[in-house]
Amino acid sequence: MTTNTTTDLTKSPSAGTSPLIPLPPALARATTVLGSAVALAGTFLAWTWTEEFPGNLTVTGYPGGLQILTLIGSALTLLFALSGYGIRGLGWLTPGGTNSPVLLLALGVLGTTGYAMGAISDELGGLVNLEPGAWVSGIGALIATIGALGLPYDQPYDAADPTPDLWGKIRKFGGKARHALSAPEPGRAKELPAWAEILIIAAGFGAGLYVFAYGIGTEYSELFIGFLIIAGFGFTAVNRAGLLKRLSALTAKHRNVTLAAAFAAAICFPFTQSNDQFALIGANILIFATVALGLNVVVGLAGLLDLGYVAFLGVGAYAAALVSGSPQSTIGVHFPFWAAVLTGAAASLIFGVVIGAPTLRLRGDYLAIVTLGFGEIFRITMNNLNGNSGPDVTNGSNGIPNIPDLEIFGFNLGVPHDVLGTELTRSGNYYLLMLLFTAIVVMVFRRSAESRIGRAWVAIREDETAATAMGINGFRLKLLAFALGASLAGLAGTVQSHVSYSVTPEQYQFAGSVPPNSAFLLAAVILGGMGTISGPLIGAALLYLIPAKLQFMAEYQLLLFGFALMLLMRFRPEGLVADRRKQLEFHETGQLDVPEGTALPDGATGVAKAGA
Amino acid sequence: MTTTITSTVLDATGVTMRFGGLTAVRSVDLTVNSGEIVGLIGPNGAGKTTFFNCLTGLYVPTDGKVTYKGTVLPPKPHLVTQAGIARTFQNIRLFANMTVLENVLVGRHTRTKEGLWSALLRLPSFSKAEAASRERAMELLEFIGLAAKADHLARNLPYGEQRKLEIARALASEPGLLLLDEPTAGMNPQETRATEELVFAIRDKGIAVLVIEHDIRFIMNLCDRVAVLVQGEKIVEGPAEVVQADERVIAAYLGTPFDGAPGSEEAAEVEAAEAHSTTSSEGDDQ
Repeated sequence: MTTNTTTDLTKSPSAGTSPLIPLPPALARATTVLGSAVALAGTFLAWTWTEEFPGNLTVTGYPGGLQILTLIGSALTLLFALSGYGIRGLGWLTPGGTNSPVLLLALGVLGTTGYAMGAISDELGGLVNLEPGAWVSGIGALIATIGALGLPYDQPYDAADPTPDLWGKIRKFGGKARHALSAPEPGRAKELPAWAEILIIAAGFGAGLYVFAYGIGTEYSELFIGFLIIAGFGFTAVNRAGLLKRLSALTAKHRNVTLAAAFAAAICFPFTQSNDQFALIGANILIFATVALGLNVVVGLAGLLDLGYVAFLGVGAYAAALVSGSPQSTIGVHFPFWAAVLTGAAASLIFGVVIGAPTLRLRGDYLAIVTLGFGEIFRITMNNLNGNSGPDVTNGSNGIPNIPDLEIFGFNLGVPHDVLGTELTRSGNYYLLMLLFTAIVVMVFRRSAESRIGRAWVAIREDETAATAMGINGFRLKLLAFALGASLAGLAGTVQSHVSYSVTPEQYQFAGSVPPNSAFLLAAVILGGMGTISGPLIGAALLYLIPAKLQFMAEYQLLLFGFALMLLMRFRPEGLVADRRKQLEFHETGQLDVPEGTALPDGATGVAKAGA
Repeated sequence: MTTTITSTVLDATGVTMRFGGLTAVRSVDLTVNSGEIVGLIGPNGAGKTTFFNCLTGLYVPTDGKVTYKGTVLPPKPHLVTQAGIARTFQNIRLFANMTVLENVLVGRHTRTKEGLWSALLRLPSFSKAEAASRERAMELLEFIGLAAKADHLARNLPYGEQRKLEIARALASEPGLLLLDEPTAGMNPQETRATEELVFAIRDKGIAVLVIEHDIRFIMNLCDRVAVLVQGEKIVEGPAEVVQADERVIAAYLGTPFDGAPGSEEAAEVEAAEAHSTTSSEGDDQ
């Protein structure tokens, strides 16, 4: 009895509602605005004295390299912080949370600026190499962060853990920190005319394209790391502010416009890259993403765990290479491209059926193991068809090199072309060709998913016994999913063989350092979000881009990748992009089924009580 | 009933199912006529669900023959459904992460023919068939009273509605015979009443029903004929009242009275002895 009373007395009622740094809200907001303005101003000053640090941060009045990232970040912080004052015309920025995006952005600016200062002093040998500008920005970012930590929470918070020991305090702090970064769902958007909504979608994709192209175009790893920090925090901030929810509501409304806008933005990409190397990254990302989307048919829709999927890419690539007219091809034929594509897809289809017919009688883990085995069998067979251990078909480990460039309707994809005054490089050409294939695969995925066949796949994934009892021929439909997935991968393989000039067995491993391999394909699907279209595309882009840009970390790549996957599975098991179904599956809040717009505004219940 | 000609819908003769040395179902004969509701009862482990699985192709019977409207049923579940027998499961097996409407649409699978090409090319016939399927599925949801929840996930429905949805999903395949495996298990009396109404309504649509149930009152209200399965063998079949009064049925559920069942005298003796022993033990304690 006595102990109960004492704990009740010591528990302060406002303990949970105070922000992490207890400041008056007005002061906190003013501090944030001031800090971000200072950080912004600092980017116009020199950060270091020598051009040895990449990006030339020595010029006063002309920000470059990492300074631009700090500049953009602090400008956004300033905007969102000002939006918190309720300034007219800025309210649209924060339909969801107001203060958590500010905190996230401030942390992002602090992270980028701090990283820049650390990198400068590390590479040039000591803090003395920092010019005042860096200190101004750094301190500005710190002030902004302190101010943002003092801002009130976006959602009322009830501290459920009053235990006064150290562990309890740590947990409480963690809970508060998590809470400071959470935000309420945005309410229903105002109805806008259709053209305005379409314009917003276009602007959204334009911004996305710009950020993506900037990331690919970063020329040194310091800039890319800075980009990752600010992009990660910025993306979360925009999400917390409710802008992504708003945008996805619009995209759900105008689905065809969205697809067209995404496609248009993707077409624009090679024109933003003058460097062939970066366009090549883009083309490889598309190949990886397309194959991942094909795998999504098998894993995401039909629920068949295929660990040897890269073999189908290999079959397509080998088939196309053999008929490409390469002097090292053992079949001395040169098919036109369309025939080569059909050959590649057909070869993969046959291979898929041949492998699928015996293995698809297995379920679950057994299927995974068997497909893993077949994936390896493919690679080893390609190695052994070298004239020594077997008939000479594939030149063994040498593979088929010197695959000639494609020529479609007299348009040679191997040489740069001038299109509308911009130079389209070789990789740019292939990027556009691959984009066409990606579009085909997106269409196939979308249309098959929303049909009788797609529903049957999902039913098989959910409960195969019940599905067969509903009249679904389980084996046949699983084989269909397997074969369709295989031929989609084969399509991508035909282009891949031309992009990379050669095919070798070592390109098609279970796990390797270069992304299109079975483990990374599966990771792209799971990381991005199973059963969605945009999920595997985003997952593949991240999984390709990050290792390609951070080559100095190549040794630790798999370690970091493992950590990233573990964190993701802990905090967002449905993947980066969740379809509604998956979200309901993993986060049972019980209110997700409530139609939009029925939730009462926060004050409503209180008002009702006061009135009664 | 108003149906003038009653034809045999299901005819199972000599169905036997052995798992190694265990004979789960031994030479069971059962017929279901059109417009009829037939009950299948029996103690736990009597082989009722195994018999169902033999009828629906989940198991291939070791011996015996099952015909549906005169044709022998193929031993594959999806072909049985296509032929016109739909079923529900004892432990609900919905597609939990699909919406209510999608669950019913999956049930339409055998009655639609649109293939992958038709879906990929979006032929005019595709959208027509899809629209027709949706309309039919919504009608069924109206019929069982779940139309308002068409967009909810099946897993989020309350238990009773999940049972109803499973019936709707089975009805979507336009069956001539519906097999219900314990449709009222875990339901309260009101829900059981509602299920009774639903089964009558299904019968009135011209669908014969074969139902496994433990709730004897439910069976007695509902069924035109009841068959009793005990240890894999059918011991009685007949109208509900006859079956209810049958000694062998009572024996199967409650056990047989042993020879010279205790009369009132013996009972009184036993009671007296018990009373005596309790008082003496109390005395020992003190």
